[in-house]
Amino acid sequence: MNPLKIIVLAKQVPDTRNLGSDAMKPDGTVNRAKIPTIFNPDDLSALEMALHIKDRVPGTSVTVLTMGPPKAADIMRDSLYLGADKAIMISDRRFGGADTLATSYTIAQAIKKIKDYDLILGGRQAIDGDTAQVGPQTAEKLHINQVTYAIEISEITDDKIVVKRKLDKGIEIVEALMPCLITVHGSAPECRMPVAKRVMKYKYARSKTEMTKAEDWLQELHKERPYLKIEEWNVEDIEAEKEKIGLAGSPTKVKSIENVVFTANESKVLSDSEADIENMIKELIDHHTIG
Amino acid sequence: MKNVLVYCEAENQKVAEISQELLSAGKKLAEKLGVQLEAMVFSNKLDNIQTQISPYGVDKIYIADDKRLEPYTTLPHAELAIHIIKQQEPQIVLFGATATGRDLAPRIASALGCGLTADTTILDIGDHYVAKEKKEYKNLLYAIRPAFGGSIMANIINWDRFPQMATVREGVMKNEIFDSENKSQIEKIDVSKLLNDSHFVVKILERKIEKSNVNLKDAPIIVAGGYGVGSKENFKQLFDLAEVLGGEVGGSRAAVDAGFIEHERQIGQTGVTVRPKLYIAAGISGAVQHTAGMQNAAMIIAINTDKNAPINQIADYIITGDLNEVIPKMIKTYKKNTK
Repeated sequence: MNPLKIIVLAKQVPDTRNLGSDAMKPDGTVNRAKIPTIFNPDDLSALEMALHIKDRVPGTSVTVLTMGPPKAADIMRDSLYLGADKAIMISDRRFGGADTLATSYTIAQAIKKIKDYDLILGGRQAIDGDTAQVGPQTAEKLHINQVTYAIEISEITDDKIVVKRKLDKGIEIVEALMPCLITVHGSAPECRMPVAKRVMKYKYARSKTEMTKAEDWLQELHKERPYLKIEEWNVEDIEAEKEKIGLAGSPTKVKSIENVVFTANESKVLSDSEADIENMIKELIDHHTIG
Repeated sequence: MKNVLVYCEAENQKVAEISQELLSAGKKLAEKLGVQLEAMVFSNKLDNIQTQISPYGVDKIYIADDKRLEPYTTLPHAELAIHIIKQQEPQIVLFGATATGRDLAPRIASALGCGLTADTTILDIGDHYVAKEKKEYKNLLYAIRPAFGGSIMANIINWDRFPQMATVREGVMKNEIFDSENKSQIEKIDVSKLLNDSHFVVKILERKIEKSNVNLKDAPIIVAGGYGVGSKENFKQLFDLAEVLGGEVGGSRAAVDAGFIEHERQIGQTGVTVRPKLYIAAGISGAVQHTAGMQNAAMIIAINTDKNAPINQIADYIITGDLNEVIPKMIKTYKKNTK
């Protein structure tokens, strides 16, 4: 079959799964500086799905696309180490403060610039927001079909794709026409390990912003090896309308944030002795909690 | 009249429980706003479907009845919902935060260019002053949701683009009949006029929906295990304890991720929200991601080797020790005292 052109949507996220006690400031706001950033786990599964197709269909190309601050270049390099052919980041202060609607508009504009694709894969949701909205919203903006919660691509032909989906209480197998956008569920296979040879090759891959601070030898290296360039697009590059991006393009606003405070409880502290446990069980039976 | 509109999921001629929860919550919002509550339902063989919807105090039901609408696929349902929303201009539209609702709602929000808040757990009506415009906006939807792994609750509002939309988590809103005698006005949607072949390009080849025998939401007693349980084998003790107490077994995300227990038993922000009368947390440290889904339990017992585990802050009984010793002792002393 013909090689495919695949775009993978990725996001760099704060690692909300491993929040330390210093993750929140005393005033109840999130202390982003104290939280490490990672490649969003569902997006890694999406990248694996793309690389798996590339393994099966020779000539297939995988482009990873992200929107984020300059630091997001980290996951662009990770993508190249793992097997992506190209990495593109959309980065511009003016994109900041975007909700899912403005984000999907921005991503769709970048995809329109990439233009040629058969398949878009992305994680089901990002662990910092857990909204799962950007995938379907991007598909709608591109007027293409969506298949959400994929755990496996069972079959691909030149214009059709068969996808196994994970639903709340079961499995569904659907056939969709390409081009389409697929969001990948976290229970899909995990991503492979980085390839040592590729790590060597792309170690010095840098974005435009990163290169502004690069030393001379790195500048020279980039002239010699153009593949080290991580594409970086701003508002003008993707021809985005200013009222549709960032805060201005976001209908939803955060009115207030409350730190989740545990209600102080008067608790009884017990040892693991049989006597202590028996007393507790007796109390629970007396209160008709159990029994 | 800018009403409150609820998207109802229906399969096998049965309205989903989440949709009934939404109707109950939607009724409260409609009453606060002094507007009507409306529902839309798209499925197959819906002749008597209103009997499951009207009792929630629904004033009007939009019904699209066509065999191609069940099981759910994105494009036809989105097209019908967009048509109704454009025509009726509701001020609030609610969806379940289910596989279906979270697939559908963002597609609709994007087409309408309106705001959508995911996975809300509290809905309310309130005002907001926009300093920049020097204007007070009255009677907005407060869509309140856990964010950042559950460590914060964010109140999300939207004052300039309508409708205000939200998906709402299952099991959080109470399922309450408003008036069992209530009658709704019915409007049938002409499906063939609105949909054509281009809406049916995704074909469902196979579908296996398991009748789940796990019912965490209604269990009065839950024995839940975390990563600290250590293995799938060790979880057996939790099942033993749940069995003698007449409860159900749940797990934290870490335990599910580690493969100790199946996904459908996951309790927490990404999982089921529960409020049993007794919650036994074994080997669970108590990350907010987990406690967000169980902190409303009437009584909590925490079993942990770490005496400083965060879960202890909300526990009524704190047992510091190895769960492999504590749980058998609980089973033994329970049996002894209930004979």
